Amino acid sequence: MAIDIYKINPEFRDIMPKEIIDLEENATWAQNRIKPRGIKEMPDTKEILEEHSLCAGCPESAALRYVLAALPCPEETIIVNSTGCTSLMFPHIALHTVHSLFGNQNAVATGIKRVLDWRFPDKQKDVMVLAGDGATVDIGLDYTLQSFFRQENITTICFDNEVYANTGGQESGATPKGQVFKMAPLGKKFEKVKMWELATTAGCHYTMNMTASAPKAVAKAVREAILVAREIGPTFLNIYTPCILEIGLSANEGLGEMKDQDKDRFASYKFVSPEAEEYLKKCKAEGKL
Amino acid sequence: MANQGPAYYSPYPAALYEGVITPPEGKALLLEEVVDEEIAMREIAKQMLTKENATIFPGPQVLYGYNEEAKKKATLIKEMAEVLNAKMIPMYDYRPKYPKIDAEVEINPNHPNLTIWHNNIKAAIFIGVHCHYANVALKMVRCETDCYTIAICGLSGHEDAMATLRDQHSSELEKFIKIAREVKAELKL
Ligand SMILES: Cc1ncc(C[n+]2csc(CCOP(=O)(O)OP(=O)(O)O)c2C)c(N)n1
Ligand code: SF4
Ligand SMILES: [Mg+2]
Repeated sequence: MAIDIYKINPEFRDIMPKEIIDLEENATWAQNRIKPRGIKEMPDTKEILEEHSLCAGCPESAALRYVLAALPCPEETIIVNSTGCTSLMFPHIALHTVHSLFGNQNAVATGIKRVLDWRFPDKQKDVMVLAGDGATVDIGLDYTLQSFFRQENITTICFDNEVYANTGGQESGATPKGQVFKMAPLGKKFEKVKMWELATTAGCHYTMNMTASAPKAVAKAVREAILVAREIGPTFLNIYTPCILEIGLSANEGLGEMKDQDKDRFASYKFVSPEAEEYLKKCKAEGKL
Repeated sequence: MANQGPAYYSPYPAALYEGVITPPEGKALLLEEVVDEEIAMREIAKQMLTKENATIFPGPQVLYGYNEEAKKKATLIKEMAEVLNAKMIPMYDYRPKYPKIDAEVEINPNHPNLTIWHNNIKAAIFIGVHCHYANVALKMVRCETDCYTIAICGLSGHEDAMATLRDQHSSELEKFIKIAREVKAELKL
């Protein structure tokens, strides 16, 4: 049934705006496809997110486009969000999304995933959390880690911009040591929390630390993380999406900043548990990757 | 300048504050009055046939063919628009439009009054709009326009509409279309 919610009744085709007809005909719904969805199709297919109200050039918006393009089955996916700059994009996504109270995202996602599995036992429903570093590493750390301890089948993605951006620049646990922000004038006194290492320790089966500089790499990580979460257990991606506003860069400088950080604080970290590795091999053999 | 609605720019635009509540089962609501469904259907048809730029706003529950009932309703709503000589403007989803909607051809629950002002709509049917968004949209329209709003609702109705039919499924829509044809003939339209 899920894909049918995008099938416009023929009586109304003539009054629907082109973008909605495009969404039905030209978005890459998994159900209409033989090959897995991917970012290659972005230029000539309808995207699930096409407009947003973030700062011009904000890397979060680009990263979210890659994430959405890589979902294995968008029509059966629910994304749970938390307050922050990311939540300025969420209302524009043409999928089911849930905005949870700041910090509660992994608890809310847990409930949704469990209920969906109970309600639709013969369907594969993917539940994904997408939230900022303030929500994931600070205020929601308890709920995030508890969901990993409990081995919930959800994928958690942290858009780490190393700051509370939406509230004007306070330091977060993910801020690097020494960093000064408008509302953290003395500079951060302790080291950046390595959330990806905590995630691995807490029981995630697939963990990555990366930037969003390479769309293909983001897409691959998202797809693999979701597949592992379906069968094995929790997965976590920490993706650097710099807040160009708070670190004083202009709209075209976000990519350069991410590339620089590919070699520094966000040098690639990847952990895949033996069970997950085995499962991913199977997925590859079955053409799911 | 736009005309104000019955609630004007009141800080409490909800009909509930004026003691208006949804009709009981089997009944309908016309302004503040609980009436028989058939009486409301006749009045709704009259309003739609006589007011300027009458428009139907179909919502997601009828625009998309997600089940058999939705498909059936779509055919009936198209027929209804023909009988009522009404235009149709879709409320296809509830996402806010950035930077702004095209008020000529679409309606958004976040600022439904824009579409009504822009097209000078004096009577409108909301059908297939999910409860919570219908509630929000109807409150705003009631507050900020002089449009005669009609909620054709599959559940318990909307007190913020000027006229409300409740528990409306395809069989009730058929009944309404029949009545609308009669009213049209009586009005010699
Ligand atoms: C329960 C609660 N506490 C605090 C806030 C205030 N608040 C809104 S956005 C935000 C910061 C978000 O930071 P982050 O999660 O890093 O996202 P970003 O804006 O950086 O993308 C805070 C603290 C809130 N909305 N709700
Ligand atoms: S404040 Fe920073 S994170 Fe938020 S939209 Fe602007 S650039 Fe992006
Ligand atoms: Mg942040």
